Amino acid sequence: MKILVALSGGVDSTVAAAILQEQGHDIAGVTLKLWGGDSDSGCCSVADVDDARRVAQQLGIRHYVFNFGEEFTANVVGPYVRAHSIGETPNPCVECNRFLKFDRLLQRATQLGFEAVATGHHVRRIAMPDGRFAVGRGFDEAKDQSYVVHMLGQDVLARTLFPVGDLTKTEVRAKASAMHLRTAEKAESMEVCFIAETRGGRRAFLGDRIPLRPAKVIDENGAEVGRTDAVELVTIGQRRGLGLSGAGDRRYVVDVDVANGVVIVGDRVSLLRHAVTLHTVTLPLGPDLLHGTLRVQTSAHGRPVACAAELVGDRLDVTFAEPQARVAPGQSVVLYATVVDNTGERDVVIAGGIAALA
Amino acid sequence: MHYLDHAATTPLHPAAIDAMVGVLRGSYGNPSGVHDISAAARAVLEDARDTVASFVGCRARELVFTGGGTESLNLALRGDLANGAPKSVLLTSAIEHDAVRVTAEWLADTGQIDHVTLPVTPSGVLDLDVAAAIIGRFHDRPVIVAVMAVNNEVGTVQPLAEVAALLARHPNATLVVDAVQAPVWLDLRPITANADFVALSAHKFGGPKGVGVLTVREGRSITPLLHGGGQERERRSGTQNVAGIAGLAAAAEITEATRADVVARVTRLRDRLVNGVLEAVDGCTETVADRSVKVAGNAHLTIDGVESEAVLVLLNEAGIAASAGSACASGALHVSPVLLAMGVDKERAGGALRLTLGAASNDDDADAVVAVLPGVLRQLRRGPR
Repeated sequence: MKILVALSGGVDSTVAAAILQEQGHDIAGVTLKLWGGDSDSGCCSVADVDDARRVAQQLGIRHYVFNFGEEFTANVVGPYVRAHSIGETPNPCVECNRFLKFDRLLQRATQLGFEAVATGHHVRRIAMPDGRFAVGRGFDEAKDQSYVVHMLGQDVLARTLFPVGDLTKTEVRAKASAMHLRTAEKAESMEVCFIAETRGGRRAFLGDRIPLRPAKVIDENGAEVGRTDAVELVTIGQRRGLGLSGAGDRRYVVDVDVANGVVIVGDRVSLLRHAVTLHTVTLPLGPDLLHGTLRVQTSAHGRPVACAAELVGDRLDVTFAEPQARVAPGQSVVLYATVVDNTGERDVVIAGGIAALA
Repeated sequence: MHYLDHAATTPLHPAAIDAMVGVLRGSYGNPSGVHDISAAARAVLEDARDTVASFVGCRARELVFTGGGTESLNLALRGDLANGAPKSVLLTSAIEHDAVRVTAEWLADTGQIDHVTLPVTPSGVLDLDVAAAIIGRFHDRPVIVAVMAVNNEVGTVQPLAEVAALLARHPNATLVVDAVQAPVWLDLRPITANADFVALSAHKFGGPKGVGVLTVREGRSITPLLHGGGQERERRSGTQNVAGIAGLAAAAEITEATRADVVARVTRLRDRLVNGVLEAVDGCTETVADRSVKVAGNAHLTIDGVESEAVLVLLNEAGIAASAGSACASGALHVSPVLLAMGVDKERAGGALRLTLGAASNDDDADAVVAVLPGVLRQLRRGPR
């Protein structure tokens, strides 16, 4: 098969390419240039492109660079900034996967005559009995990335491969090492790729783009207990950096009111919620599997908990079996169910969405 | 593989290879030493300097060998600032190479100069009337004007004699010329006659990479970028790349001797290529339709309904090495500032294709493009899914 492998310059995509090549596929590598601004990490730096290109040389495959910078700015960076400006906590990696890493890349790959795209994500593509595909958790549960690619639909999944989804990270590194690939020992990128920590991080990035406004921090009785100089940087569940005086009980941000410049803090109990409502809902297998007890994950490496879900119009109401810490608006929420395929029981993504503000 | 990217770099002339191998094998001396082995290397270096000086049209002592075109331009722009207060104004054409544009922006950002951009016409040629008006505004300040001889993307020849005439009326003007794209196509002597500084790069005319030239007009002093042993008359310290410089000189000799023939032959090839493509595909525009303002080797097209990146991938797979004209170190393409400065809209600029021919190009190269490109465009225009 003619496959275009997305090479980020990291070890996972490197090994994904090596595996497909071993399997006899006709592969080429591509690195996406997404961000032109200052950045010291992630998928965007020239150094990472160089690493990806070197890997392609070592594998003896062609390597291309596609500049999707404009789409990235429009679909990822712009919405990220807007979300912060209204007090949400966005997840730009999810939006990048929604718009660029798969959809846009597949479009280009298809145009160029490739039959499929492959990435180094730690997820498994599960073939359902009815012929459809689902996103299953990666074999290495600690590295599972199903949360960030939860939105992939049938048309994308039918033409996307995840060659390292059946490996542990240790196995991935061992394989890269055995092949003397330059990326074998590379550290993982964990930060938002377009924000440079060396240039003031998130505060400087947002401050260059939107006005950051001060807010008062009050407790649930309305008493002022602190101040913040940038309400747009405050997130639900946050504990540090609010100038809270005194030791006392641990206090968390339980609500952020950007319009009125107010941050409300409370104890752990007042952070708990029974439910969350999602917008931008994706149902890769349709709504049929939304019944019974499901499991929900509210952050990239969060612990899944039992829940029930109900579609209300284009929104999804998710009710937790036990109260959970409030999900910050803007965060992605992913629902899983167990399905049985020919290899056994699998946790697969059945729905996803973004926590709504109200 | 058909190589149609000569504006990016050229294959080495066999004579340049021979010259370099000869030096690498035989003349390993440091040209700055006192003994005979040094003297042999120094002779190679100074023979090359005479050859290149004649090629460029300057005195041997006006020639500085550098590490390439970018270094030469940095040396000219950054080394000429010492002429003091009031602060100099650096005027650059809107279609300069990054080596000038980014350096100018850095000089402005760090407060060392004021930077003003001079616009170009839709044909990609400096707008002389506007340039005259802008330069006139800075009569009481030192001005440094940087205008390239030949644009690297669209191949337009810039009106340097007219710029020099404008500057002759200014009491304190310096002309810096990026002539990196010129040597294959144009006699350099009239360019050098008009300029205070001229930058060249060996690998654009059959010489090796990593060797460049800056001419520094007699009487001009410059502050070096590299301090050290004082080579190149204190203008560029560091032991000279003797073999590379010998390769540069050999390439210069061949280029000079064959220029008229190459220009005539490549003009015909380029016309065959462009006319063939325009006939074979719809929605394809020659970016600068007036070929009389362009060098012979440049074919630049904008193609509707496709993205350059995709076109280049498929051309590569079909054995044609081409370019969109504007790539950064990562290899990513971006919308060309040159095309935008010419008033080409962003969408059309996104479908840019630059095919550049050189001394070694032949009919097969041109015909291959005409044969392959229509199929590539059909595939890309069929729609994504």
